[in-house]
Amino acid sequence: MTEPAVLSITGNNGVVMARQTVRSLAQDCRLSLVEQTKLVTAASELARNALIYGGGGTMTASIVDEFGRRGVRVVFADQGPGIADVDLALTDGWTSGNGMGLGLSGSRRLVDDFVLDSAVGRGTTVTITKWAR
Amino acid sequence: MAAASGTESLVTLLSRAGEDLAAGWVDRVSSSLGGRVSKAEVESELRELYTALLAALRQESVDVYGEAFGELRALLTELSRSRARQGFSPTETALSVFSLKQALEPVLSDGNEDDVRAYLQLSSLLDGLGLFTIEAYTRTREELIAAQAEQLLELSTPVVKLWDGVIGVPLVGTLDSARTMVVMEKMLQSLLDTGSEQAIIDITGVPAVDTEVAQHLLKTVVAARLMGAECTISGIRPQIAQTIVALGIDFGDIATKATLADALRHALRRAGTTLSTTSGTGVAR
Repeated sequence: MTEPAVLSITGNNGVVMARQTVRSLAQDCRLSLVEQTKLVTAASELARNALIYGGGGTMTASIVDEFGRRGVRVVFADQGPGIADVDLALTDGWTSGNGMGLGLSGSRRLVDDFVLDSAVGRGTTVTITKWAR
Repeated sequence: MAAASGTESLVTLLSRAGEDLAAGWVDRVSSSLGGRVSKAEVESELRELYTALLAALRQESVDVYGEAFGELRALLTELSRSRARQGFSPTETALSVFSLKQALEPVLSDGNEDDVRAYLQLSSLLDGLGLFTIEAYTRTREELIAAQAEQLLELSTPVVKLWDGVIGVPLVGTLDSARTMVVMEKMLQSLLDTGSEQAIIDITGVPAVDTEVAQHLLKTVVAARLMGAECTISGIRPQIAQTIVALGIDFGDIATKATLADALRHALRRAGTTLSTTSGTGVAR
């Protein structure tokens, strides 16, 4: 088991670093090119969300081994205002900013496991996992 | 009062140690720089620093950020900037200051109480100056990095003419807002300058297309349309296509192609150029 890579996302540079970190982990975990690209894209969306809506946050990425399957798990955490209506936030095309409104909902479709934990005033934590086939 | 008498004994100590001290300092610094700066140069730099340091101490000041140290700070900033530009490490740069401590160490072995106290005072003073040097060094490096990032931005967004009336924009790397602005500006200007009505944006070199990249691409295409030009996006590899579908991004009626060659063929057809193939060699007119 490798040590989880922790990264703070405080600027656009952080989003780029997040993508690179996740890509290298995905390669280490032998994810296929399509799976790698999907995971990296989801990480890019969530890192940007943490930056724009959460006012910056952290990313913790690691290779996990559960029930005999291997995968990459990435946790994005921010101390921002939180999401008031999680269902609404996960609706395609809905955005509180000026993006496309597909980042959160699209990321959920790009990964195998998606856990969103958020409450107003408590910040937001998103945990995603992509399993190797 | 204590501080004042302190600087006095420090000045006395430094003037007494004088030439020996300066020579020892120069030796240490030039050996730490590994001969990448000539000894004569190091000596003249350090002599200036030494003079400024003594001048500041004579004004009985120990405040590194005070007025008395203004000249010394200017000299140190200059030194750090030139070291940073020449590619020296922060350690090598800061050693220019910290070496003075080591050079002065011999006085501790046979010095009296006053000398020791003066040494300690100089030591804390040099710590402050060393930190100042590192700060100045870092600032210069940051300026260098910012300048390079800007250059890279310009470099990495060429607009090339592919055919009469067809321009190509190969994108490589991360596509953020700043880059999209540059790309859009350059592309729209080139459309005007070359009188082209077809533009191909090739994203083969973009590793991941997320919603931000897609949004930027869409905006660029819309802007080109407003100018009466048509855009084709090429370089959509299988993994990118699957990701875009999963994300739910709709490219609408924008023409997208897998390869640049396909996109060029499409653009030429749209421009009314006919392609004919004669015995295995593709010739376009």
